[in-house]
Amino acid sequence: MSTTPPGPAGVGASSMLLARVLPMPLPSARRASLLVERNLLVYRRGWLLILSGFFEPLFYLLSIGIGIGALVGTVVTDSGAALDYTVFVAPALMASSAMNGAVYDSTFNIFFKLKYAKLYDAVLATPLSASDVAAGETSWALMRGALYSTTFLAVMLALGLVQSWWAILAVPACFLIGFAFAAVGLAATSFMKSWQNFEFVQLAVLPMFLFSTTFYPLSVYPDALRLLVQCTPLYHGIELVRALVTGLVDVSILGHVLYLAVMGSIGLIVGSKRLATLLLK
Amino acid sequence: MSVRSASVENMTEPSSLTVDERRAAGEADEAALLADGPRADELVWARGLSKKFGEFTAVDGIDISVRRGEAFGFLGPNGAGKSSTMRMIGAVSPATDGRLRILGRDPGTDGPAIRARLGVVPQTDNLDQELTVRENLLIYGRYFGIPRAQIRARADELLDFVQLTDRADDLVEPLSGGMKRRLTIARSLINEPELLLLDEPTTGLDPQARHALWDRLFRLKQRGVTLVLTTHYMDEAEQLCDRLVVMDKGRIAAEGAPAELIGTYSTREVLELRFATGENESHADGLADLAERIEVLPDRLLLYTDDGDGAATAVVERGLRPASVLVRRSSLEDVFLRLTGRSLVE
Repeated sequence: MSTTPPGPAGVGASSMLLARVLPMPLPSARRASLLVERNLLVYRRGWLLILSGFFEPLFYLLSIGIGIGALVGTVVTDSGAALDYTVFVAPALMASSAMNGAVYDSTFNIFFKLKYAKLYDAVLATPLSASDVAAGETSWALMRGALYSTTFLAVMLALGLVQSWWAILAVPACFLIGFAFAAVGLAATSFMKSWQNFEFVQLAVLPMFLFSTTFYPLSVYPDALRLLVQCTPLYHGIELVRALVTGLVDVSILGHVLYLAVMGSIGLIVGSKRLATLLLK
Repeated sequence: MSVRSASVENMTEPSSLTVDERRAAGEADEAALLADGPRADELVWARGLSKKFGEFTAVDGIDISVRRGEAFGFLGPNGAGKSSTMRMIGAVSPATDGRLRILGRDPGTDGPAIRARLGVVPQTDNLDQELTVRENLLIYGRYFGIPRAQIRARADELLDFVQLTDRADDLVEPLSGGMKRRLTIARSLINEPELLLLDEPTTGLDPQARHALWDRLFRLKQRGVTLVLTTHYMDEAEQLCDRLVVMDKGRIAAEGAPAELIGTYSTREVLELRFATGENESHADGLADLAERIEVLPDRLLLYTDDGDGAATAVVERGLRPASVLVRRSSLEDVFLRLTGRSLVE
């Protein structure tokens, strides 16, 4: 800005810049919660549909965690601890269920409401703003993910797979994972043109689920691949939850928290702006 | 909000401008703008209101004033800019240029506060398909922040008002078009709006459903609700509107009460003559002196005159024998077609 000449042109440019930099009106928690209220009203009749998402990680736990775990025995984590294989895999499945629930709701469901049901056109005619809608739908999607994770944690507890009181914090950690993926899912959905585009969602989610230290530690990868895996969000979610559930907590979890928080915030800002662009023409 | 609309915002609030910008805008214009503004009873007030989508100008510098208690109509062919104007008034579409005040407020800065006092019936129903009839009203009331107990009572009244009480617990989808429209109107009233915006409220409905809707809208008007509606049905405009504007290609072509518009842009009566196929045009010149204006259509001649019977007698006295002769009063449709043309707008 120091190169901008003084005078009317400079003043105009700086006020333009200010308009560009100033954020959207912040979402209000009360108004955003109304979208959650709306979704609760819908799922009050279809709660079985929601429940179905809980079984997927459970089946993985039984098949891979317990089944293959019987063959594997123990696994040495990246921090050097030897863990029973089931204990190693279970937190990863917990973190993945938070991701899956959040992604499913923030992509398919939001696309339907945006393009076909025209729900948000109706909502934006009321005092709610685009950022309220984005925050509300993100909250709902993350709650769905967190619901799966929390139920899954109860199963883990019943199977004796929880080793530490730190595990209580795995619940808010899954809220954070849900937030990160729901917000980015919403932002990505706002760019989708047709149902075909959702192939990309699968293309992003499935490899992350398979390769983000879900089933084995980072140490099996060569250096270059390790770095790649460490860049993906689910890796941070899994490592965070695994540290908390096993009680092997160190300062690195703050890095994971920061990664997920930043990812969710960027997703929410982009999502809010995109909704405003699409709906407030 | 886009940068462009933000800069429009600055322009409409002269006090926030710097000295340099004010000088650039021109002091004289500024003073005129400052002196001008909505009166207390003008719920919708626009000056030079424009809306552009890229290169396309949908609304091209229109002036509007809608007073409290009035039923005001936007009449115009498809693509005239009616819906774009309605969306700007509904505070869901930023104006590209010009000044707009809704309920005395600026939609650019006070959108939520304005929308809290508006009722909106959009062109296509966007009811919540995943909810029942009653739930649609309940959750919509919640979006306005109204307490649940209050909404429940209002929802019952509104369901009764739009005659949907017996369908209250059905899902929306199996409802007929007319029922969905009535539910959309009920939904728009859940916050007891001062200003109700209706975009083509009866398009696509059968005559019974249209009359049922008109009846409800008339009752709302009697209760003092200000109505702003768009339509391309002349009978609807004549039935409902105290005052209307005819829009064409983004501009206002005419403004006034329906009777005033007919008085200004048409004659009292119209004589419609049908001659044998192909002969209509050849008779036009010989009859031109009998009417203020004569219009040749492929199947008939329209003679605009204050005395239709007199003109019909004169036609017969000239020895002409049209296949059919009809004298009727001029309608808003005559005004509309004169102002917006007969060619199809796509």
